[in-house]
Amino acid sequence: MSQRFSLNVNGKDHNVDVDPDMPLLYALRNDIGLNNPHFGCGLAQCGACTVHLDGQPIRSCIMPVSTVGNGRIVTLAGLGTPDKPHPLQTTYVEEQVPQCGYCINGWIMTAAAFLRDKKKPTEAEIRTALEGLKCRCGTHMGIMRAVKRAAEMMG
Amino acid sequence: MTKMDEVMNLSRRSILRAGGAFVVSIGMPVSLDTILGIRTAFAQGARRPLVPSELASYIAVNSDGTVSAFFGKMDMGQGLFVAIAQMVAEELDVPFASVKVIMGDTATSVNQGGASGSTGIQFGGKQMRAAAAEARRVLVEMAAQKLSLPVDQLMITDGVVHAKGDTTKKASYAELIGGQYFNVQLDWNKEVGNALYAPGKAQPKKPSEYKIVGRPIKRQDVAPKVFCEQDFITDIKVPGMVHGRMIRPAVAGALPIKVDESSIKDIPGAKVVWDKGFLGVVADREWDAIQASKKLKVEWSDATPPFPDAAALYDHIRKAPARKREESKQIGNAEDAFRRAARVIEAEYEWPFQSHASMGPACAVVEIKDGEVTCWTGSQKPHFVRDGVADVLGISVDKVRAIWTVGPGSYGRNDADDAAMDAAVMARAVGKPVRVQYMREQGTGWDPKGPASIHRARAAIDAAGNVTAYEFLSKGFSRIDVNTNGGKAVDTLAGHTLGIVLHSGDGFGLPAESYEFANKLTAWETISPLLDRASPLRSAHLRDPVGPQIHFASESFIDEIAAAVQIDPFELRLRHVKDPRDIAIIEAAAEKSGWQPRPSPRRDQGRNTASGRGMAYAQRNGTRIAIIAEVDIDRRSGKIWARKFTVAHDCGQIINPDGLTKTIEGNVVQGISRTLWEEVKFDRSAVTSIDWITYPILDITEAPESIDVVLINRPDVAPSGSGEPSIRPIAAAIANAIFDATGVRIRRVPFSPDRVKGALSS
Repeated sequence: MSQRFSLNVNGKDHNVDVDPDMPLLYALRNDIGLNNPHFGCGLAQCGACTVHLDGQPIRSCIMPVSTVGNGRIVTLAGLGTPDKPHPLQTTYVEEQVPQCGYCINGWIMTAAAFLRDKKKPTEAEIRTALEGLKCRCGTHMGIMRAVKRAAEMMG
Repeated sequence: MTKMDEVMNLSRRSILRAGGAFVVSIGMPVSLDTILGIRTAFAQGARRPLVPSELASYIAVNSDGTVSAFFGKMDMGQGLFVAIAQMVAEELDVPFASVKVIMGDTATSVNQGGASGSTGIQFGGKQMRAAAAEARRVLVEMAAQKLSLPVDQLMITDGVVHAKGDTTKKASYAELIGGQYFNVQLDWNKEVGNALYAPGKAQPKKPSEYKIVGRPIKRQDVAPKVFCEQDFITDIKVPGMVHGRMIRPAVAGALPIKVDESSIKDIPGAKVVWDKGFLGVVADREWDAIQASKKLKVEWSDATPPFPDAAALYDHIRKAPARKREESKQIGNAEDAFRRAARVIEAEYEWPFQSHASMGPACAVVEIKDGEVTCWTGSQKPHFVRDGVADVLGISVDKVRAIWTVGPGSYGRNDADDAAMDAAVMARAVGKPVRVQYMREQGTGWDPKGPASIHRARAAIDAAGNVTAYEFLSKGFSRIDVNTNGGKAVDTLAGHTLGIVLHSGDGFGLPAESYEFANKLTAWETISPLLDRASPLRSAHLRDPVGPQIHFASESFIDEIAAAVQIDPFELRLRHVKDPRDIAIIEAAAEKSGWQPRPSPRRDQGRNTASGRGMAYAQRNGTRIAIIAEVDIDRRSGKIWARKFTVAHDCGQIINPDGLTKTIEGNVVQGISRTLWEEVKFDRSAVTSIDWITYPILDITEAPESIDVVLINRPDVAPSGSGEPSIRPIAAAIANAIFDATGVRIRRVPFSPDRVKGALSS
């Protein structure tokens, strides 16, 4: 049975009437109309659905709407804009990272939280922070270049 | 219409569209008859029929002077459209920024084959270049008429034709034809798809004149993706649309015999779509459709589990009768040479089924309205999706429009075409637009697979250590159980589930190299598929179809020969490779990597970690690649870090070195992944690789430290492909490096830690 939930997404409140067990991803995509987090696996294995919940990256494909509570959700669209880009968005464009681009929510949202908390990370620390995220096009070299440059910008 | 009316109409339309530019320059003695004549010949207001023989099918000059390039191939994320725009802008002498490449919509482009065989530039670009050159020729001729100057007195600067030495005598493209369409016939070769070629009378420019081709221009589609301004195929929404999910059997080949619709009656709007083996559900809300697909009670027919014991897969291939055999031209008499050999070296290699495992499972939306079908698809071959939807629905092709929308990368025939046909069947059944998205287990578990194979190689060595004969045989599942596209119902899951029997074609391949041995024979054999209907192990093209398989074996074996006769593997290759571009590419890779001549294996290894270097080279349809891998092996865990790669790449004329380099990087990383981790697992009933745990791919913690790319540019050699060639020699380069490090030869992919550890300890 549907219930009403109020979700704070990218600074705005949205009411949604949905199954409490429905994962947050579907509320973001279908009820609020934010297309940027993607369905990749529905199993929290790939990261394509990643958003921030109170600043921490979470996999929205497995998180029931009912557990979000009053948490503040930020999606890739809320991270930055062409006028006010997040450093990772800037370096992603500069380094021409994505190919198909279906995976980028996972990489950028995970790296954004990591770089916010960890200044001047080593290459090994960056790799470990991004472990488990998937990119099928094999853009890993570009991802590392972009994240390293963003780390310098945020250092 | 009188002539004057026509003139007025032309003028008015041109003035409206081109900002009042259709005015004959003062003092130019040009009659209206002349203008009318040339315009009627070369331009017209309505678009000509969308057929390959019309220039208007490829190029249009808009009223603002910008150029639309209608491209019948696809960019799947490697920036092909940038390269195409460069080629078109170059030939037309317009700024790069004024060319827009429009692709993937069957209503605006002819079928140039979609993304296929790394031919985006090789064939697709060749055609667009020819069309743009012809457009330029026609525009200059129109300008010559208008300006009353001979063609050889004219030149073009940024889309403006003007007199040499007098830029006041000018006519812009917008003035000449802006907003109207070319009325120009091309010399079409009557082929569609990759082979389509329709040049005009013009000769394209000489490479020495290039200003735009060869520059590292960036992609314009990256920022929209990064700032979420780009709709993906999964984001397409149509009014009245419902969500569909497919239901597949737990035992491949089983059919639903009883479906209990009451089991989902509590789910709002949930409906069953069932016809023979085709079974799916729809619901108004996506989450409800997913729930319905899980809750629906289905009784399946008793089907005999169709697959062999997975552990016996390669025995199955060895023993299965060859359905088709194809041989290269025999050089010399290999059989005789083997009889006389001082020694014979033999080896056999094995490659598993692999999945496209695209980043997201496929999605498609189909709307049927007044007998007209629109299909939004992420397929890399939308023109064939149009044909396939028409075939599955039994309607005429001209009633279907397919619109490509960017989706998860496909790397060949992934699950995208099947999703489109499934959506079409469901949309017709429920009378509403249907969006179908597969679930992860269907994306990995039911996509068409890259085929499993075995490869046997044999070399005869004389008393002096020279190779006197070489034999190579591949045997495996065909690469085309279903075709490279879903253009026919027989090649789709929808077709199979609705009762069409799988019709497997025969396709494999030979090693592509220029090794010259006195006696040489290479061949391939295909075997029958494991199941004659909807099968999760049906094969189709996966990036560089069978190339990685074949060259893993053939290039590993060249190293095995080198080791057997104690020669440096680089030296052995140079002794036998005959093509000058092949020699150059191997030398370029060796030089860049600082290759030290010595035989493998190396001797001075650490106790826990061993390091080695390995080389492999190949050709692919004109492109040459040589790769050197440097790897570290943890002896205790068997884990391999493919640490450093040096790639020398020669695809003839380079259009965009930046896009090319990144395409190569992606190939290398995907190639490492397929070599170290990827294997489709299955049991007697089904594919059991259904997600990222059961089908692991390379993790970023295992990505190389560096990939050095050396591009050899040959401006005077027609460009060949780059989308696939560099994935081809990766597995062999890694295998050769493992041998160099440890003296152990691994002949079965993937080189998972368990397998490597086992090989090191045996």
